[in-house]
Amino acid sequence: MLYREAGEFKTSYEKDQAIFPIPQDRWGVIAVLTFAFVVIPLIADQYWLGPILTQFLVFALAALGLNLLTGYAGQLSLGTGGFMAVGAYATYNLALRIPEIPLVVDFILAGIITAMVGIVFGLPSLRIKGFYLAVATLASQFFLVWLFDHVGWFTNYDSAGVASAPPRTLLGSLAEEGGIFEFLAPINVLVSGPNATPETKYLVTLSVVVVLALMAKNMVRSATGRAWMAIRDMDIAAEIIGIGPLRTKLLAFAVSSFYCGVAGGLYVFTYVGNADTEAFNLERSFQILFMVIIGGLGSIVGSFMGAAFIVLTPVFLNNISALIGEGTLSGAALSHLELIVFGSAIIFFLIVEPHGFARLWQIGKQKLRVWPFPY
Amino acid sequence: MTSRKWTLSLVAAAVLAAPFAAPPAHADEQFIPALVYRTGPYAAGGSGFFGGMLDYFTLLNERDGGVNGVKITWEECETAYNSDRGVECYERLKARGGIVHPLSTGITYRLIERATADKIPIISMGYGRTDATDGRVFPWVFPLVTNYWSQNTAKIKFIGSREGGMDKLKGMKIANIYHESSYGKETIPILDAQAERYGFTVKHYPVPHPGLDQKATWLQIARQYRPDWVILRGWGVMNPTALKEAARVGFPADHILGVWWSGAEEDVIPAGKAAKGYISSGFHPSGRDFPVIQEILDKVHGQLKGNLSPQRVGTIYHNRGVYVGIITAEAIRTAQAKFGNRTLTGEELRWGIENLNITAARIKELGAEGLMSPLKVSCFDHEGGGNVKFQQWNGDKWVAITDWVAADREMLRPMIEASAAKYASEKKITPRSGMSMGSDCSQKM
Repeated sequence: MLYREAGEFKTSYEKDQAIFPIPQDRWGVIAVLTFAFVVIPLIADQYWLGPILTQFLVFALAALGLNLLTGYAGQLSLGTGGFMAVGAYATYNLALRIPEIPLVVDFILAGIITAMVGIVFGLPSLRIKGFYLAVATLASQFFLVWLFDHVGWFTNYDSAGVASAPPRTLLGSLAEEGGIFEFLAPINVLVSGPNATPETKYLVTLSVVVVLALMAKNMVRSATGRAWMAIRDMDIAAEIIGIGPLRTKLLAFAVSSFYCGVAGGLYVFTYVGNADTEAFNLERSFQILFMVIIGGLGSIVGSFMGAAFIVLTPVFLNNISALIGEGTLSGAALSHLELIVFGSAIIFFLIVEPHGFARLWQIGKQKLRVWPFPY
Repeated sequence: MTSRKWTLSLVAAAVLAAPFAAPPAHADEQFIPALVYRTGPYAAGGSGFFGGMLDYFTLLNERDGGVNGVKITWEECETAYNSDRGVECYERLKARGGIVHPLSTGITYRLIERATADKIPIISMGYGRTDATDGRVFPWVFPLVTNYWSQNTAKIKFIGSREGGMDKLKGMKIANIYHESSYGKETIPILDAQAERYGFTVKHYPVPHPGLDQKATWLQIARQYRPDWVILRGWGVMNPTALKEAARVGFPADHILGVWWSGAEEDVIPAGKAAKGYISSGFHPSGRDFPVIQEILDKVHGQLKGNLSPQRVGTIYHNRGVYVGIITAEAIRTAQAKFGNRTLTGEELRWGIENLNITAARIKELGAEGLMSPLKVSCFDHEGGGNVKFQQWNGDKWVAITDWVAADREMLRPMIEASAAKYASEKKITPRSGMSMGSDCSQKM
C-alpha cells in the first residue's frame, strides 16, 4: 500500500534512468541522509558519534571498495588491509609534510596513490582467477605491511612505528589565521587530532562516504559497472562482446583500492587518531571480506549492512553483557558468551539467506510492495 | 501488523536501545574503567592482571568499605587486546571518569592523545610509551614502576654479570625476538644504542601476531646467526611457542631472557620441559606468601567474590594485578588527602598519581612487603624508580636468581628527554615547568 509502484509512470528517459527510480526509495534515501546529517549530530553523544557511527562509516567505505572489486568485478582479494594501510600512511605523510593541502584533498590524493598501488597488485588478475588470485593478493597484504613496518620514513621514524594524525583543518593551513586565504578561517574547522570535535569528525566522514557511495552507485549502473559484471559472470564471453579484460580488471582494482585507501585515511584521521600496522593486518582483510559476504556480494547497500553487522554486533553484545552482567555470570563467561552469540548469529544469517543482508532487504521490499494483499 | 507484533517490536527496540543508556555515577563512589580481555590469544595475561586488580578492589570494598569510605566501582569492557575495541571501550566508559589501565601498549598509544584531551589519567604499569616517563610532556600518562627501556638496561646488565663483566659484552651476539606490534618494537632503539655502547651486535627478529609460527625464525637464529643470548619480547601464546621452537633447534633455554610479559606461569607451563631453565625479568615475585594475597584468598575468594579462578591467585599475572590495584588505591588515597574523601575528578586523580609516594613502611602496612618496591612519582619522573629482578623457571615454579637490579637511568634519561622533546615539538606541546597542575616540575628527580 505504502510501497507500491502502481500509478507511477515514467514519461521520460531521465526519469527511467534516475538513480532511485521509485519515489519511495528516493524519499527514503533523502530522509536517511537528512537524519544522518542534521538530526544525529544534534542528538548523539560522543560515544555514539565516535566509536559507533564513525567507525561504522569507515568500515562501510572499505567494504564498499572491496564489494566493487569482489562483488561486481568478481576478483577475490585479500589485500584490503594492505590497501587501507597505503591510504592511511599516504594521508599521514601528506598531512604531516605538506600541511597546506586541505585535509579532504589529502584523502583524495591518498586514494589516488592507493589506486596506483592497487593497479600494480592487480596485474596478476590478468592471468589467474578465483582462489588463486586471493593468494596472489595476499602478497600485497604482507608486502605492504612489511614496508610500513620496516621503512621508518613512512612513520616519520617513530620508535614504535605509530603514525599519529597531526591536527589538520578542513581547508589546510593556508586558510588558517595568518595564511593567504585567511578570510576562510571561520569555516576552516579542525578535523583531525584530539581537539577536533566528534561532530566534525563524524560529518566529514559521513560526507566523504556519502559522496563516494553515490559515485559507486552511479558507476555500477553505467557502462563501467556493466563491464565489471560481464567479466565477473563470464570473462571469455565478455571479451567476445568487446570488453577488454585488461582495462576492466585493472580499473576495478584501481577504483576498489581508491575506496579502501580513503577508508584507511579516514580510519586514522577521523576515527582512531593514530595507527600502526597492527590495525591493517590480515585479520582486517578478512573482516572486510566477511562484511562483503554477509552484507551481500554485488550490492551497495549490502556493504553498509555487512559493516554494521560485523562492527556493531560485538559492541552491542558487549553492552548487553555489561548491562545484565552485574552479579549474574563471571566476566570470563560473559566474554566467551559474546563470541558464541556472535558466531551463532553469523551462521543463522547465512543459513536463512546465503546471499546476505542485501537479498533479505530485497525480499523485504518485495513483500512491502504487495502488502497488505500478498499473493 | 497486529497489535501483538507492534508490542513485540517496541519491546525489541527498547531492548536494543537500553544498553546504550549509561547509568549515572553515584555519589561517593570512585569509578575505574576496566578494559579487560578474557578472550583471545592474550587472555592469560588479561584475565590474570585484571582479576588481580579487581580482587584487590573487592578486598578494599569488603574489608574497609572502599578507600576512606569511598567505594571503588568498575565496569568491565572486553577488548580482546584489539585496539579498535579498546578505543570503543574507553569512549563508552570515559564519561564516568577514573583511571584507565589499558594493559596493551597498542591501546595505550591510541589513548594518549584522547585521554590528554579528556583529562583522564592513564597508568601503564610496566608497559606503554617509554618517553611518557617525562611527565613534563606527558602529564596524563604514567608508565609506572619501570618502563621498557629501564628494563632493557637491567637485562643487559644481567647478561654482563652472567658473562663476568660488562667488558665481556664486546663482540657478543644478541638476538631480539619481538612481537610485531608497538609493544614489541618499543625497545629496538635502546638495544641499538646499547649495542653501540658496549660493542655487541644485535639483530631484530619480528614475529607477527599472534606468534604461533616461529619455525623459520628460530631456525635462522640457531643455524645462521648463532647468538650468545636471545631476548624474548613475547606476549601471550607467542611465549610457550618460542620456548618450544628453541628446544627443537637446540638453543639452550637458560640463554633466553624474557621480558616480564613473557615470564608468568601461563607462559612456561604449556611449553613443558622446554621451559626449564628459562630466565625472565620481573618487577615482583609470584607466590601467596604475602599478607595481602592471603587476605584476598580469605576475604574475597573465600566469600566467592573472586574475579578469577582461585587456583590462579598468587601467580605472576594475578600478583601484578594486585600490585597495580594497590598503586591505584594509593593514588586515590593520596588525592583524597588533598581534595577530600569523595568522588574525585580526573584532574584530582592525576595529581594523586603524580604525587604518589609509597614508602617501605607503607608497603609493610599494606601487607605487600616483598611484593612491591617503593615508588616515588614526580612531575619530572613518571616512572617512580622501580627495580628489576630476574627469575628462573625450575620446571615447577619461578625462582628469583638475582637481587634487585637497578636500571641504567643516567644513560636513559637523555634519550627519554630527546624522544619526549621530539613528540612535544611534533604536537606543539610546551613542556611544563615550575609549578604546574599542582606539582613542582622544576625539581629533578
